[in-house]
Amino acid sequence: MSMPDSYLQYPMRRYGMDHELYSWSPLPQRQPVTWPGGARIALWITVALEWFPLNMKGVPFKPPGAMVTAYPDLRHYTLRDYGNRVGVYRVAKALAQHGIPATAAVNAAVAARYPALIGHCGDWGWEVIANGLDMDHLHHAGLSREDEHQLVARTLETLRQASGQPVRGWLSPAKSQSPATLELLAEAGLDYCCDWVNDDMPYRMQAAGRELIAMPHPCDVDDYTILINNHHTEDDFRDALIDQFDLLYRETDSQGGRVMAVSLHPWVIGQPYRIGALEEALAHIMRHKGVWPATGSQILDAWRA
Amino acid sequence: MKADPGFYDHLPYAGRPKIRWPGDARVAFWVAPNIEFYELYPERNPSRAAWARPAPDVLNYAYRDYGNRAGFWRMFDAMNRCGMRGSVSLNVAMCEHHPEVIQACADRGWEFYSHGTYNTRYLFGLNEAQERAVIQDSIDTIRKYTGQKLDGWLAPALTYTDNTMDLIADMGLSYVCDLFHDDQPGPVKVKKGRLTSIPYSLEMNDVIVYNVNLVSPRRYGDILKRQFDRLYREGEESGTVMCIPLHPYLVGQPYRMAAFEEALDYITRHDKVWLATGREIAQYFNEHYYDAFAAAGQPIGAL
Repeated sequence: MSMPDSYLQYPMRRYGMDHELYSWSPLPQRQPVTWPGGARIALWITVALEWFPLNMKGVPFKPPGAMVTAYPDLRHYTLRDYGNRVGVYRVAKALAQHGIPATAAVNAAVAARYPALIGHCGDWGWEVIANGLDMDHLHHAGLSREDEHQLVARTLETLRQASGQPVRGWLSPAKSQSPATLELLAEAGLDYCCDWVNDDMPYRMQAAGRELIAMPHPCDVDDYTILINNHHTEDDFRDALIDQFDLLYRETDSQGGRVMAVSLHPWVIGQPYRIGALEEALAHIMRHKGVWPATGSQILDAWRA
Repeated sequence: MKADPGFYDHLPYAGRPKIRWPGDARVAFWVAPNIEFYELYPERNPSRAAWARPAPDVLNYAYRDYGNRAGFWRMFDAMNRCGMRGSVSLNVAMCEHHPEVIQACADRGWEFYSHGTYNTRYLFGLNEAQERAVIQDSIDTIRKYTGQKLDGWLAPALTYTDNTMDLIADMGLSYVCDLFHDDQPGPVKVKKGRLTSIPYSLEMNDVIVYNVNLVSPRRYGDILKRQFDRLYREGEESGTVMCIPLHPYLVGQPYRMAAFEEALDYITRHDKVWLATGREIAQYFNEHYYDAFAAAGQPIGAL
């Protein structure tokens, strides 16, 4: 057995990236960013509001938080839905103590199913961005471009109608994209995408001849990753947020403003025994001078200015 | 297959009718030991294998059997020392296999509710008549061995059909522990009867904590206290429910007992805590708050 000759040919072997989606740009070599009021840190809290259907198919893979047992997996269905009924209200209270506006990444299904929750997001001053249709509609290469276009259009229409907001940002369920996703998002007029975890700062992506900004939405500084996936303790989660903040804060001495992004899932962090960890981390962060708690769109607009 | 089980309306945690528990308690606290019997050679259910290894899975069978032979008695003593009655989540075949365990619980005034017949017999795939037979077996066996009316349900090994909730309500049960969407009780929509969801908890469940999340015993004690502290604080505004679901084969290991008992002692020493059973919480909620919660629920919108 042998491999075809093409296996040892490297057509994209060149300076920079092996694709045209964005340019290579080492973080320390960029122009320093200035935030409003001379802030050092733009604090960006994202809250994912998710609905996992009981009959989910998990195509082409099961997203984190999917059903586990044979149908009907009431246990996981209800434990996820807990976030939308109970957990999110604990998160909102913790943020409100410091006047922090969150960016809610919302499944269209959540907006349709729970109008009161979307109303509350508006009352809290949260920005609503799209998190796909629901957690069983992943964007992947197996979708036709037309089907994926419809998925994006239906998601945005539902969320714009339910929230009354422009809905400028997008987070794909499970951060899963097809080769066409970025173009479809740009064509839909979205300003920013939260799927790529390759930077600590916003940067420009090119799609369909338009500019789409990648926002630094993390998979590491994330309650699901730390508490569920890694089985770390609540205190570990708190310390991760604090250590992340402290280092970024120090970097601003020499490198201009930074974004501190935190990814939350109310069904995870909103449990009674966990919420205190978020409260303690926020208390540490907000004790510092030069912290600007902002939504994704506010950060994006300031970064562009 | 349904996308939404359709068991409850949306009811945001903020702005609900306020719950006041007896004695002005902030938390209705209950402990639910799962007293289980696993079969060495169970009949196979195509939806789920009973054991990880080919039968006989000696290691896993014996690990669970330890619960009834050794772990239970230790857990039982610790609960008695803390003045905490159990609400037994019972595989009812235990009544025939190990009546000494049942008698000990009954003598202390513990409640028995059903956790199916065996923990190795699942509800997956049962037709309505078969599922009714399982529920009737539970009603009859608990009545025969304990004199108690069966009021509560936790499906064996958390396995279901689309009919489960309708059938248990139709057959006269009043509460269910299978829904994990809330920290307060709430109405469950069924075809006939009145059924309430009582918060049970996977997060506080020793199986999840020890076998899934792989935490240490002292960390388990810490989690229990943190959970209680928050629910106690929030309960000042409106009463909450905290449950500790236990499995004697896990919590009853000698090296795990001290941390558990310390947490149980911590919780039960609080002033504004109602040391209750599942049935007592369900009855109180049904009499005082079921209707208000049902009226406050918001219909779920269509996408």
